[in-house]
Amino acid sequence: MHDLFIAPFTEFEFMRRALAGALALALGAGPIGVFLMLRRMSLVGDAMAHAILPGAAIGFLLSGLNLFAMTAGGLIAGFVVALLTGLVARTTELKEDAALATFYLLSLALGVTIVSLKGTNIDLLHVLFGNVLALDDQTLLLIAANATITLIVLALIYRPLVVECVDPGFMRSVSRAGGLAHLAFLVLVVINLVSGFHALGTLLAVGTMMLPAAIGRFWARDVTLMIAIATASGALSGYAGLLLSFHTGVASGPAIILVAGALYVMSLLFGRVGGLVRQLFPGRHLEA
Amino acid sequence: MLTRRRAMLATAFTTLFVVPLVAGPARAQQSQPRLRTIATFSILGDFVKNVGGDRVEVGILVGANGNAHVYAPSPADAKKVAEANIVFVNGLGFEGWLERLVKASGTKAPIVVATKGIKPRERAGGHDHDHGRADPHAWQSVANAKVYVTNIRDALIAADPSGKAAYDANAAAYLAKLDALEREVRDTIARVPADRRRVITSHDSFGYFEGAYGVVFTAPQGVSTEAEASAKDVAAIITQIKKQKAAAVFLENVTDPRLVKQIASETGAKIGGTLYSDALTDDKGGATTYIDLIRHNLKQLAGALVG
Repeated sequence: MHDLFIAPFTEFEFMRRALAGALALALGAGPIGVFLMLRRMSLVGDAMAHAILPGAAIGFLLSGLNLFAMTAGGLIAGFVVALLTGLVARTTELKEDAALATFYLLSLALGVTIVSLKGTNIDLLHVLFGNVLALDDQTLLLIAANATITLIVLALIYRPLVVECVDPGFMRSVSRAGGLAHLAFLVLVVINLVSGFHALGTLLAVGTMMLPAAIGRFWARDVTLMIAIATASGALSGYAGLLLSFHTGVASGPAIILVAGALYVMSLLFGRVGGLVRQLFPGRHLEA
Repeated sequence: MLTRRRAMLATAFTTLFVVPLVAGPARAQQSQPRLRTIATFSILGDFVKNVGGDRVEVGILVGANGNAHVYAPSPADAKKVAEANIVFVNGLGFEGWLERLVKASGTKAPIVVATKGIKPRERAGGHDHDHGRADPHAWQSVANAKVYVTNIRDALIAADPSGKAAYDANAAAYLAKLDALEREVRDTIARVPADRRRVITSHDSFGYFEGAYGVVFTAPQGVSTEAEASAKDVAAIITQIKKQKAAAVFLENVTDPRLVKQIASETGAKIGGTLYSDALTDDKGGATTYIDLIRHNLKQLAGALVG
């Protein structure tokens, strides 16, 4: 038992670092994912990941594999797209999803253009797809700092955010904090995607947000509980995925997401809230 | 409708394939009949330049610091290939994208495999999925580089018989330089104690160097940079370094150096400089020719292993 579940982490430092990174990532991404899902913005994470990718690529082209440059590039690209999207959606007839689609596609096309102008064939994929096994001190600190910021800001904007999830019209009628909370939330989405991109790569980073959130949805109706379950299942996927990669030799990033996927399928079938098995065979206590 | 589509196809076909063919010979009759050659990557291009001298023009598809394993050809490349008189390739599965590029370009140029006559190394042990695949990085042994040069010389003579004397002379001069380089490598490695000739690098492309000169290289990835390392691989490497007391860890100019840094910091092995494997560098890197590249690697290795 010890050999199977604990020894990999006590024996190897890189496994401890990977675990720390995965846990920090789960702490920030869990609640963000839940809010994205509740606001029917589940695909926004994916779109934002595409918006970040060119920024990070430009950062890489300008100064190589530099954590600061790539983070700054990703953050700037993400913030610009998030802010423009928010402004357009709130001031014009265009809905949020359409505004986002236009801006992230523009950002992506701009990034690809700049990369191709620069004309290098360095294997960008290796750089843009982070590696959870290669987290150095700087990157770990960045991920941890981002998770901390996320939790603090979420605590501050929690109330307006929840109200806006439930009834945006009401929120707008009683307070102007809704728009501000929404923008702050989008910024948090970007921060967490940049974190995830260092550890897992841009595309899989979205997986650590949305899969745990969907899992939480099948076990709880209450938002707080849903967030707790999402965070816990994100952390569990990180731990189990690393073990899976350690024992079977599959690549670590995908292993983490696949474990989350397995948890999701289990929740889909057996979840207490709307799970398929529950729906087909309602418990007897419901009839009594 | 059908006929119009056919007419459009015919036009497209004519512009794509026939025009370059017609234009090709016409241009060849101009005053300076330089042979247009294409080499798939920078190191091969350097060989062709050395043998061809002034008589050939060398186009290179994957340039300095590029990674030919995962290269995506552009339309400009297809045009270059279509206009070439000879295309030089490494072979041994190095340029996976080449076959489609050649087909798409519709070139009539002969494809010359520069590794012809080299006995390919099998990837021994390690990753299961690599079994039966030849290691393409043959140029890492200078003896093999000489085979490249003779193959290139023969192909150039076949394509341009009037330049035979020049090609023979260029090749002979270059082969003499390679002989000197080979001696230099052997002398330097001989000065490293046998039990310290162990090195970790991020990309498994030094198999031929290992076979020829007896320095053992271990890599945390498979033979191609496309394979992503798993936790199991990394753990195996770390255990291996600790057990074998590998003297140094080297980064490389084409793959993710973060993983290698992590391994070095965990095992206490020394981080040597950068070893160049698949590509020449720009002026900044100091390895703009094959001979410079081998010298650079040799200096890095000797520095870290003797040190």
